[in-house]
Amino acid sequence: MTTDVIEQDSHDEHHGDHKLKGIKRWLYTTNHKDIGTLYLWFAFIMLLIGGALAMVIRAELFQPGLQIVDPDFFNQLTTVHGLIMVFGAIMPAFTGFANWMIPMMVGAPDMALPRMNNWSFWILPFAFAILLSTFFMESGAPNFGWTFYAPLSTTYSNGSTAFFVFAVHIMGISSIMGAINIVVTIMNMRAPGMTYMKMPLFVWTFFITAYLLIAVMPILAGVVTMLLTDTYFGTSFFDAAGGGDPVLFQHIFWFFGHPEVYIMILPAFGIVSTIIPAFARKQLFGYSSMVYATASIAILSFIVWAHHMFTTGMPLFGELFFMYCTMLIAVPTGVKVFNWVATMWRGSMSFETPMLFSIAFVILFTIGGFSGLMLALTPVDFQYHDTYFVVAHFHYVLVTGSLFSIYAGAYFWLPKWTGHMYNETLAKWHFWCSLISVNLLFFPMHFLGLAGMPRRIPDYALQFADFNKWVSIGGFAFGLTQLIFLAVVIKCIRGGEKAPAKPWDGAEGLEWTVPSPAPYHTFSTPPKIED
Amino acid sequence: MTTKEYESYYVPSHSHWPIVGAVALFLIAVGAGNYVSTLNSAEGGFGGYILLAGVCLVVYMLFGWFSNVINESMSGKYSHQMDNSFRQGMSWFIFSEVMFFAAFFGALLYARTLSVPWLGGADNNAMTGAVLWPEFVSVWPLLTTPDGTETTKMGWYGLPLINTILLLTSSITAHLAHSALEKDNRKMLKIWLGLTILLGIVFLFLQVVEYMHGYSDEMKLYLTSGIYGTTFYMLTGFHGMHVTLGTIMLIVVFLRVLKGHFTPTNAFAFEAASWYWHFVDVVWVILFVFVYIV
Repeated sequence: MTTDVIEQDSHDEHHGDHKLKGIKRWLYTTNHKDIGTLYLWFAFIMLLIGGALAMVIRAELFQPGLQIVDPDFFNQLTTVHGLIMVFGAIMPAFTGFANWMIPMMVGAPDMALPRMNNWSFWILPFAFAILLSTFFMESGAPNFGWTFYAPLSTTYSNGSTAFFVFAVHIMGISSIMGAINIVVTIMNMRAPGMTYMKMPLFVWTFFITAYLLIAVMPILAGVVTMLLTDTYFGTSFFDAAGGGDPVLFQHIFWFFGHPEVYIMILPAFGIVSTIIPAFARKQLFGYSSMVYATASIAILSFIVWAHHMFTTGMPLFGELFFMYCTMLIAVPTGVKVFNWVATMWRGSMSFETPMLFSIAFVILFTIGGFSGLMLALTPVDFQYHDTYFVVAHFHYVLVTGSLFSIYAGAYFWLPKWTGHMYNETLAKWHFWCSLISVNLLFFPMHFLGLAGMPRRIPDYALQFADFNKWVSIGGFAFGLTQLIFLAVVIKCIRGGEKAPAKPWDGAEGLEWTVPSPAPYHTFSTPPKIED
Repeated sequence: MTTKEYESYYVPSHSHWPIVGAVALFLIAVGAGNYVSTLNSAEGGFGGYILLAGVCLVVYMLFGWFSNVINESMSGKYSHQMDNSFRQGMSWFIFSEVMFFAAFFGALLYARTLSVPWLGGADNNAMTGAVLWPEFVSVWPLLTTPDGTETTKMGWYGLPLINTILLLTSSITAHLAHSALEKDNRKMLKIWLGLTILLGIVFLFLQVVEYMHGYSDEMKLYLTSGIYGTTFYMLTGFHGMHVTLGTIMLIVVFLRVLKGHFTPTNAFAFEAASWYWHFVDVVWVILFVFVYIV
């Protein structure tokens, strides 16, 4: 695919939409770049808050015994840490990328529904304000884990459950509106000649992710509603005495929850699939197989949910079905990992920070994938269930997977966003400190889990002490390291070497045809795309 | 640059409605949270007022926002592509609503085919039956719960059947209104659309009458009557809320028709409201089969 170099749009002033000044610009904006920026900053603030909660958890677990927090508050910390990282950090960060990049990548003037785009963002801070305010309520924050299993969240929940439910409702509304905007933008706003199979893989992964969101966020809304009525209005969805079943909660939750974990990883695949070809200076190996693999993973995600529930006493047929379907996911995922490696094979590689994070992603995400495969085996899962092995697994996937891809993407597009090159030395410090500390943080958790340490406990048996000490040290180091990233970003916004339109020589795509920083409005006239 | 003619896509400069809407949702969530939390406590809360303020603000926001959109549309700022965006947006919104109902239908089918039989000792659950509630008999509808709450079944004939006929008829009248609009027959458009709204309102009225029957001492069918009452009221209740929303949409469209809006080629709001109406109709048919009849 080759593209014309686009002249900077000289029609800006004819739009009649000069930027508003000050806070109003951000509150009233309909501009996809402004909204993308808001999403990204919001996600980073949430990452720091969620990270701070995690540091208190690790401080408590530094040595056996109860030192800092009482067990109920410990449960509140793990619960809110999970909710914030999933719904406040990872998902909004990806939506931020989608907002910034998709209109530029498909040659659209903006997102398809710009006002709704603003609404999707601005309800999020309010939702998290409500969630975080529960810490200051008499009963304390939700304490039933981010998965809020009934009856912990119904019969045995504390007084803040209703606020939790309505906060989740708002997050869901935000995600659904954001996803509808992404789908409509991609289906309806592509520049002439940009056929589906010419779209950058980044766009494809967000397209498929958005479908997953529209399909499963309403299920989440349904399950929290059932939880609300069970808790406050006397319904019997999850109450066996009334003919319901607590396990029903888990079925509905994980019918949402499993696609949800792919919602948090498919965009990461898209980002990495954009960056690796750029720094290997080769086309992405097997583009169409990547598209089909992404779609396969998305479809399979709807029929594997009960692998989270092997120990609930499912019928044997169910256990076998969900075990084999889950293992099937390894096939399209393997295709992807193979393609990334094949893209690098005999490429002219260079190792700028985006590439370093991407390579780390490929290796560490694969570790997370393999531990997932171990957890998929029913008989083995009986031992691993609810141990630190599970914690290790999903942190490898979400931190060294999703979060690393977010960092990779942020470094990759920072020149386009700010118009300045970031400080490569400082960025490399960020990468290497993160890489070392994150493995110190999460790798020993595998051993803890295999040895039988359960998750979500404030105290543990003595034999787990050594590993926990190292895990906590890794945790503090990883947390502090993220401040380097903040420094890099602030420095980059304030100044630095001027970035050319295309700072990475292997990079491809329409976003590199516009100047850096990208003008406030791009592609008011659709660009021409040729073969 | 491109030589092909293209229609420019209207991107509104900025809008204060979304942030008004965000504050409104915040008030609704805080108000509802406080209201629900203090529901069973003696002192009561102030949540109801915050909730009400939030709802008023949402109505105000929707009114202002849609006025903007309607004015832009009437002044010809929208292209064919914009129309497509609206259509696709509405379609995916309806799809998300389908999934919301899927969660509740899933719960109903799970209870009927799995959890209630298991409580009665089906499959490998003989000990569950024997140890927890040995007296419990598994039947659907579950009129006696394991803990002994009793209730009565809501029959499908009578009001529910009448309601089914009403809604199916209203789907036909909505379609006829659409055909009339396409032929630019304004008079028939008004008649069919008005009739659709009327049928919707009668449906809602009869639904309330049915609920009053259910909550009478005679039937004792409450939200708290175990899984049968739970699924009955939650499914019909959420459906009723969607019918209410659909009726409001149709009323707004009707008022716009009276003002002379919509042409055979430019009638997105009309079509969106009618899609939504067909959607609540289909949900009702599924609901009628699985909640009332089978």
